[in-house]
Amino acid sequence: MKIINYLIIIFVFLSFNSLKAQDQNDKLNIEITKNLRCLICQGQSVYDSDTEFANSIKILVQNKIKDGKSEKEIYSYLKSRYGEWILYNPEFNKNTYLLWLLPILMFLIGGAIIFKLFIKKKN
Amino acid sequence: MKIKFLPFFLTIIFLTIFFVFYKSLQTSNIYTPKTNLEKNIPLFTADIFDSNKKISSEDIFKDNIYYLLNIWASWCAPCREEHIFLMDLSKSKKIEIIGLNYKDKIDNAKKFLNDFKSPYKIIISDLDGTLSIELGAYGVPESYLIYNKKILKKVVGPISTNSFSAINKLIK
Amino acid sequence: MASIVGSYSLIFGLSCSFLIIFFSIKNFKNTQVFDNRILSFTFLQFFLVVISFFSLILAFVYSDFSNETVFNHSHTTKPLFYKISGTWGNHEGSLLLWLLVLTLFISIFLLKSKKQKKQYRILTSLIQQIIIIGFFFFLIMTSNPFNYIFPIPKEGLGLNPILQDPALAIHPPMLYLGYVGSSIIFSSSLAAMTLNDISRDWAKHIKQWVLVSWFFLTLGILLGSIWAYYELGWGGFWFWDPVENVSLMPWLALTTLLHCILVLEKKLFLTSWVVILSIATFTLSMSGTFLVRSGILNSVHTFANDPERGLFILIFLFCLIFLSLFIFFFFFKTDKNNNSLFWLSKETAILVNNWFMVYFLVVVLVGTIYPIFLEVFSSEKISIGPPFYNKLIIPFLIPFLLAMTIGPKLKWIKSDLRNKGYLILFFIISLLLSIMIIKNLSINFLVNTVLVTSAFYLFFITSRDFFVKGFNKLSQNIAHFGFSLLILSILFNNIFSTEIISNLKIGETFEGKNFKIKFEKIKQKEEYNYKSIKGKFKIENLDGSIEVLYPELRIYNQPNIVTSEADIKTNFLTDKFMTMNYVQNQDYFNVRYQVKPFMIWIWLSVILISLGGFVSFFKRYEN
Repeated sequence: MKIINYLIIIFVFLSFNSLKAQDQNDKLNIEITKNLRCLICQGQSVYDSDTEFANSIKILVQNKIKDGKSEKEIYSYLKSRYGEWILYNPEFNKNTYLLWLLPILMFLIGGAIIFKLFIKKKN
Repeated sequence: MKIKFLPFFLTIIFLTIFFVFYKSLQTSNIYTPKTNLEKNIPLFTADIFDSNKKISSEDIFKDNIYYLLNIWASWCAPCREEHIFLMDLSKSKKIEIIGLNYKDKIDNAKKFLNDFKSPYKIIISDLDGTLSIELGAYGVPESYLIYNKKILKKVVGPISTNSFSAINKLIK
Repeated sequence: MASIVGSYSLIFGLSCSFLIIFFSIKNFKNTQVFDNRILSFTFLQFFLVVISFFSLILAFVYSDFSNETVFNHSHTTKPLFYKISGTWGNHEGSLLLWLLVLTLFISIFLLKSKKQKKQYRILTSLIQQIIIIGFFFFLIMTSNPFNYIFPIPKEGLGLNPILQDPALAIHPPMLYLGYVGSSIIFSSSLAAMTLNDISRDWAKHIKQWVLVSWFFLTLGILLGSIWAYYELGWGGFWFWDPVENVSLMPWLALTTLLHCILVLEKKLFLTSWVVILSIATFTLSMSGTFLVRSGILNSVHTFANDPERGLFILIFLFCLIFLSLFIFFFFFKTDKNNNSLFWLSKETAILVNNWFMVYFLVVVLVGTIYPIFLEVFSSEKISIGPPFYNKLIIPFLIPFLLAMTIGPKLKWIKSDLRNKGYLILFFIISLLLSIMIIKNLSINFLVNTVLVTSAFYLFFITSRDFFVKGFNKLSQNIAHFGFSLLILSILFNNIFSTEIISNLKIGETFEGKNFKIKFEKIKQKEEYNYKSIKGKFKIENLDGSIEVLYPELRIYNQPNIVTSEADIKTNFLTDKFMTMNYVQNQDYFNVRYQVKPFMIWIWLSVILISLGGFVSFFKRYEN
């Protein structure tokens, strides 16, 4: 056991020590822009795109973060201007109840069917 | 009973799917979002083009006058196409044209204005494109017809003969 | 000339179908012997489609612009390799490739199924011919690759440069081998159902086809993903883009089928489930074709859309669906024999696998088509992107991985957990290891630790099995080991990736925490069909090591498109990925530098997974 523990420690130190977390703001910026659709592109996120539109949005998000706006506020700001189409992370509202619940419902139904298989065989 | 129900149910489901796919084939997938026509234009302060002064949106857009806010850049080719319509509108007394210079170099923009004549009453500049995002724009060129701080019409892309006459009708 | 040959062989190929159907119906009830004319005409049909395909290739190679397809998608300055791959890089050509694989597979099927019952072979071939006829009509009526244009243009319009890439040249054939392989599974299960002949033997026989399509589909998806990684220039490899999802769905269905057919092989149990999956796999492949080709999805990969084509596939797809429903409800008799099911057994484990796989499938399916439904019913338009899939898939991945670890340890029918102490030991090791890795990082501790633990757990247990079991169950072990490696690589890749985005002028230096990037110079060069602008960047790492990267911008002449080519330095542990982009009207370039650990392991693990299928195929073949 001891040897394993030593090996683990060496392994961890070797591979991951040089890699450290980034500046928090940059990380948030990347996270937010990854969740935004570049509206003038075909299915790319703002983060992935280098169009003028996407670049402006990147700067805007950066400014908003600097102003101390939260992630949610930035999303709702952009939503008020460009509609829900710009958000890759669909909100939970009357349009999307089914979207979020249908997979879960199917999972439960699947579980019920499997459960029934056991019950039926017992009888 | 149960056995008869399932095929019926599945048939309905698949027919619905068919119907939905069929419908969406008919509609185009190019998205044009609803412009928030009813809302007031957002408040902003912007740099005046080629000067160190700033101006607020309230000072630009007064009540009871029509404004055409035109987003343009010297590097944008379609902006040259619509220039003739802008010049035409600039002669009208009913409307004032406000230029928003988008991500441009000041020298190039000046040259553009010298070469083609400026249709603009005031020009504000937007170096990083964030002001355009504030207005809900996608890129250049784009124009907003504004009256009493409300957007009456939005033209994405260059002004065409059609949108030109539509604007003329609205400001009559 | 080539176009005329190609177009006539298509028509003759279509008429073969009718002859085959005629002989099949005649032969179905009459004698006990299989009519060899069916086989001959199937071969002839295949041969004719081959001719047609080759004449299209020739038209591309010789840049015959009297052919509309060539005119639209080729150019004289294109390198020969891309002239050839351009044949299937467009709508018409890719459909011809579909047809080619369809006819190839039914020929192989008829050759390899001589031991099967006559009626079953004929019926399978009949259903397959229905599909083939559908595609012939589709090709000839709505997207004929041999349309003639006059006057003959001097020059073609060119192929989209981002498609000019070796990985993407072989990606469609691989994917189609997978998709079309599932058509055989579809036809064969419908045939077996009609004859009420779903048996253990059938399961053994069809499993080969499941393995073949699964193998190719896995590789096809991998190639697409590698292409996206280095060509689209974003440093990502999976974007949950609708077109990617569309290829993932048949894969999920096939993987589920692959597992549950194991049960059917052992005993007559879950028959209806196997049949449903067989139908679903092909239906999903067809829906994929529909969604991609009709252009109703908004995606990076969308091809030119044409509502007429979309309508044709849609109607054809639903004819096949209703045909299957009809056969399922009128011919199929569910098994009445009472197989007992014990809670701790391999059957249960496979059921659990199926349960989760179907759940993942539903998530992807709902996420992909929900926006289409919403738009039709409420005319609201929403986007569904990575956050949705992450939220719904990642939590379920944890029990899935655990079940995947323990499942293969169980025996058929009834099992127990005696002598399984090492399972607990390895779990504790995995847990400790994960805690140590995660605890110093500023990420969500609980979720990441649990995820990494379960992935490590599967990793260790499957690694152990290589030593303990050796060649026994090798295929399964390779595939499961590959999967654990895949999950681990993706997790670590996500957790430890670093990146910077900066605007740099030539000569400027970016100072990061762990490295300095110096933009040394750019070099312009005129290439055969594009102009190249190559940047030279010197990266000095904190530990003193120096790396030089050359990202490139390509300005293609036909059509006029600018693409950004990433420069990637790959080594065993990390990828260094750099792109540069032109910024409108500025004298700086937008530079993106990413350090992405374990990238190569993602590709290797997928290759391992598919290798599992490969080994399994040949193991069975020998038996």
